[in-house]
Amino acid sequence: MSAPRDHLSTVKHVILVLSGKGGVGKSTVATQIALSLRDAGHKVGILDVDLCGPSIPKMFNVSNQDIHQCPEGWLPVFVDKEQTLGIMSISFLLDNQNDAVVWRGPKKTAMIKQFLNDVYWKDMDYLIIDTPPGTSDEHITVMENLKQYNPDGAILVTTPQAVAVGDVRRELTFCRKTRIPVIGIIENMSGFVCPHCSECTNIFSKGGGEALAKQSEVPFLGCIPLDPQLTQSLEEGQSFADKCSSSPTMAAINTLVKRLMAIDRDLP
Amino acid sequence: MADIPQDAPEQCPGTGSGEAGKASACQGCPNQTLCSAKPQGPDPDIAEIKERLTSVKHKILVLSGKGGVGKSTFTAHLAHGLAADESKQVGVLDVDICGPSIPRILGLEGEQVHQSASGWSPVYVTDNLAVMSVGFLLSGPDDAVIWRGPKKNGMIKQFLRDVDWGDIDYLVIDTPPGTSDEHISTTQYLSQTHVDGAVLLTTPQEVAIQDVRKEINFCRKVNLPIIGVVENMSGFVCPHCTKESVIFPPTTGGGEKMAADANITFLGKLPLDPRIGKCCDEGKSFFDEVKDSPATQAFKDIIEKIKDYCSKRKENTEVDTGEEK
Ligand SMILES: Nc1ncnc2c1ncn2[C@@H]1O[C@H](COP(=O)(O)OP(=O)(O)OP(=O)(O)O)[C@@H](O)[C@H]1O
Ligand SMILES: Nc1ncnc2c1ncn2[C@@H]1O[C@H](COP(=O)(O)OP(=O)(O)OP(=O)(O)O)[C@@H](O)[C@H]1O
Ligand SMILES: [Mg+2]
Ligand SMILES: [Mg+2]
Repeated sequence: MSAPRDHLSTVKHVILVLSGKGGVGKSTVATQIALSLRDAGHKVGILDVDLCGPSIPKMFNVSNQDIHQCPEGWLPVFVDKEQTLGIMSISFLLDNQNDAVVWRGPKKTAMIKQFLNDVYWKDMDYLIIDTPPGTSDEHITVMENLKQYNPDGAILVTTPQAVAVGDVRRELTFCRKTRIPVIGIIENMSGFVCPHCSECTNIFSKGGGEALAKQSEVPFLGCIPLDPQLTQSLEEGQSFADKCSSSPTMAAINTLVKRLMAIDRDLP
Repeated sequence: MADIPQDAPEQCPGTGSGEAGKASACQGCPNQTLCSAKPQGPDPDIAEIKERLTSVKHKILVLSGKGGVGKSTFTAHLAHGLAADESKQVGVLDVDICGPSIPRILGLEGEQVHQSASGWSPVYVTDNLAVMSVGFLLSGPDDAVIWRGPKKNGMIKQFLRDVDWGDIDYLVIDTPPGTSDEHISTTQYLSQTHVDGAVLLTTPQEVAIQDVRKEINFCRKVNLPIIGVVENMSGFVCPHCTKESVIFPPTTGGGEKMAADANITFLGKLPLDPRIGKCCDEGKSFFDEVKDSPATQAFKDIIEKIKDYCSKRKENTEVDTGEEK
């Protein structure tokens, strides 16, 4: 066996996207912040550690790509010729996109370790890690193996309802126990403005994420409204920013990204 | 990449093989100890689970590859719907160990499990609706269950082996998203019992559907019959102007087309309705609170189809995985 690789030490900022709850928009947030950071001139990577339900390749329309090896390890799949945004996901290792990855914890752990050690990210400015919901093998493995690289921290995504907020509260405990800094909580799918009558309906309630942030004394990073255009552009693997630069949803994402770029990890 | 780990030596016999950890190729493989430590022979607990669950007539799993599509909401309302018939006894088992939602959705937050001579007593919503969840074992709302697979599996085994449901007609099992420990263990532990099948939940957009296709393949792999597919969150009717909007667009034809392509039954669609979410948050039954919503009728029609399936399946125990003939 070769000596363990240390590619992550060349990555400047590592940010995790977490939630105790499924379907709250972790992959969406990971995708959008990666795109915005890239548009701000940074080199960005996304590591998708959701092994049973990977969404990132679909959201960038690169599902059918293969991974290439290089002497340094695995090369991420780049979405652009200039190689400013690279992705690693289990999707790229599957023969058929419909194949189920029926793996128990130890096998998932081995795969994630390999992702963390062997992917050659080359001097990325930011690495965003998208996770499945929960506080189990994937999360424990990522935390254990990231600690030495001093990650910027975790963004916790929730939707406003109590059913979601309750799970995110447990995720906060997980962050505290594993000593990963919490960058803050973002409330996604918060309100929907009817395109017909412009009235706003809180389909998934409102305010739960903000209340949790206050109660837990962690920063609140804002509300991202429900916007069908966002789902549509993710379905097509197109940039939402290009299509809807003036929407309140885009404005919320931009505010979040500004906040991330202000983090200087060398500060105590 | 079925049974062979990525980092396996060339001659790997496969982790599920009887030779796992023992073949000559296993020498020096980092997974050797793990593979050879696998229990050999049948698990005696599986027989105990079979014994325990003989008092349960129908078992239904609620599955989805995708998170947040409404598995827990559906599980709870399927249970409410089945329990509306007072002559039926219904149980709900929540095997989402890290993100249990069932206690809140069924209005049982803060309840605790009790031990009795015959096992763990479930918590009751009404006389004929019993519930078990890891949520009842936690000390508070901040308590996180930070467990790797084996511990989760141990918990699920205990739930299936030790909960004293009594004689019940339906056991509905809510699961987390994915195709991993919880799903493999639950189906394995239930392998000696008669499981009616799985209801697969999805939302209309391809990002969700692509994960549900994986779940269909999982069901086929483990020989779990599929009762059908439910598409949730299809369309939203604005309460102000009553015009409909599509929030999660069915860019590849939605749940209906997916079901048709996979040759499985499509059970129906449920619209987005803010009152559904509100009822879940308050732990109330949507059927009692919002009798007039189109969602209520759609929900009830789906429940009828599931009842029908279960009663037919009792007569016909042939395995039907929906596999193309
Ligand atoms: N603000 C939003 N407006 C409209 N659609 C959204 C918004 N946020 C997320 N979505 C859509 O909701 C769906 C779920 O989002 P996503 O897949 O990002 O959630 P997730 O938390 O990663 O789910 P999982 O737990 O399964 O990994 C996607 O189809 C996505 O396009
Ligand atoms: N048809 C609907 N209309 C409005 N809200 C809904 C609808 N179905 C579900 N919800 C809400 O959406 C959220 C997600 O639903 P639920 O928790 O049942 O999903 P899940 O698939 O169990 O999620 P997880 O993967 O985290 O277990 C909940 O807050 C629920 O109240
Ligand atoms: Mg995701
Ligand atoms: Mg759930």
